[in-house]
Amino acid sequence: MKLTVTEWKELFCLIAERIEENKDRLSELDRAVGDGDHGVTMSIGWQAIVKKLEESQGADCGAVCKEMAMTFLNAVGSSVGPLYATAFLRGASLLQGKEELTEEDVVAFWQAAVSGIQERGKAQIGDKTMLDAWLPAMQALEQARMQGRGLAECMEEAAAAGEQGMKATALLVPQVGRSSRLGERAVGHLDPGAASASIILTAFAEGLRKTT
Amino acid sequence: MKKLINDPVAIVDEMIEGYTAAYSGYVRQLEQNRRSVVRAQPPRPGKVGVVIGGGSGHEPAFMGLIGQGFADGVPVGNVFASPPPDPIVEVTKAVDAGAGVLYMYGNYAGDCMNFDMAAELAGMEGIRVETVRVTDDVASAPQDRAERRRGIAGGFLVFKAAGAAADLGLPLEEVVRVATKANDQTRTMGVALSPCSVPQTGKPSFELAEDEMEIGLGIHGEPGVEKGRLKSADEVTDLLVTRILEDMPLAAGDRAAVLVNGLGSTSYMELFVVYRRAASRLEELGVQISRSFVGEFVTSLEMGGCSISVMKLDDELQTMVDHPADTPMYVQK
Repeated sequence: MKLTVTEWKELFCLIAERIEENKDRLSELDRAVGDGDHGVTMSIGWQAIVKKLEESQGADCGAVCKEMAMTFLNAVGSSVGPLYATAFLRGASLLQGKEELTEEDVVAFWQAAVSGIQERGKAQIGDKTMLDAWLPAMQALEQARMQGRGLAECMEEAAAAGEQGMKATALLVPQVGRSSRLGERAVGHLDPGAASASIILTAFAEGLRKTT
Repeated sequence: MKKLINDPVAIVDEMIEGYTAAYSGYVRQLEQNRRSVVRAQPPRPGKVGVVIGGGSGHEPAFMGLIGQGFADGVPVGNVFASPPPDPIVEVTKAVDAGAGVLYMYGNYAGDCMNFDMAAELAGMEGIRVETVRVTDDVASAPQDRAERRRGIAGGFLVFKAAGAAADLGLPLEEVVRVATKANDQTRTMGVALSPCSVPQTGKPSFELAEDEMEIGLGIHGEPGVEKGRLKSADEVTDLLVTRILEDMPLAAGDRAAVLVNGLGSTSYMELFVVYRRAASRLEELGVQISRSFVGEFVTSLEMGGCSISVMKLDDELQTMVDHPADTPMYVQK
């Protein structure tokens, strides 16, 4: 399976669509542990990406990712801005000059992206952040890859693991970020950042399935 | 919640346009980025540039405090969200007068990441940038992890001290030292009586029963550390002052600056009642209050409630706190 620049862009437009549909739910989750605007922030950022991709001159997938990174960052700031911008920039550096992506490219993109999030945010697994969805997803992705499965199937495994990780955040006491000041009071609530991460993974897997 | 809004998406830009139009003698927006607000006058050669900032929704902080003796520029973020690096970098370039620039903001993950990225970018353009993060909120982490505390209304006092140091012509490393000391000597404790709602969702940030209060609140409508039954002004003030004094003991002969901050919809009448009790508690201890601030300095949209901040003063911090300031939203002769 190979992905063209257009197909690559479409995958991210689908993510934006799914984020938009879940915007209110994400803000609702954030009301319990934060300032109640996570859905708004994610919506602002992803809608800005869609607008940028529509007029994008980016000839290769790396250039597209770089545009997405800077657009998202400057639209939202916040904490998700630097986290996802760093993710897309790390991913972009691997896809530079590529007008067509192999399955290996896509796997490498996500792995670089997630280590970018980890380096920028300095959170660990179990801290009740988006990484509690992203890290298990990457583990599942790697495992499925080693078993020799196709990309679409691998991403579905990743999305399933991400969803599980996201659900498990309800049990965690936050260690970093704004909700960490709540301590035990945050237990019982899902982490909004993990919830949006899970939406991104699921939408990406859904898009791949449609493409193949 | 009823609000005067045209379009929630445009509200921050429209606010900045209105503010810079109203106070054009003090401030201007940069052409390069409309979310960058700086002093109307060009920077004074050799003066350290003071950049404060964060999300919007805290007015008059942060952009209301641009002027002599205070900040030189403010990048403005979305409601309760850190500004991205771009407006920060543009402000940095505009306020740098060759002596370097100090970034000051509340200790939140988003602000830390965006300002750090901006500092790297400004560094690549040859501008020296230092950072002091405000960590005055005693409720947000225990004392042994004080570096994790978040910044709330006490930031006003810390920004003021640094702004004064820069105005007095101190070099960057000295301004950093004064700002760090100011932060180390400042504690804040707050209480919320009613939530706020961000313009885009219109929903209250948390729920409180008629007879409840939220202790140790943040300034973004995030829930506080614990809920309690609403008490009288004196009892609530005692609770706040006690928590501050447990964290930073004061003794007879000590000097302090005291700030009572309204969160957006608490009347000045209530704030003065709170100040009255706070002052008498400190005076009972023999603490001399050498300057007081009562009013709205760092709000949280229309949240109800207040916070008390205490800065312990030595001669140097006293000088900084007494230094004149002339900004659109705060003037001190």
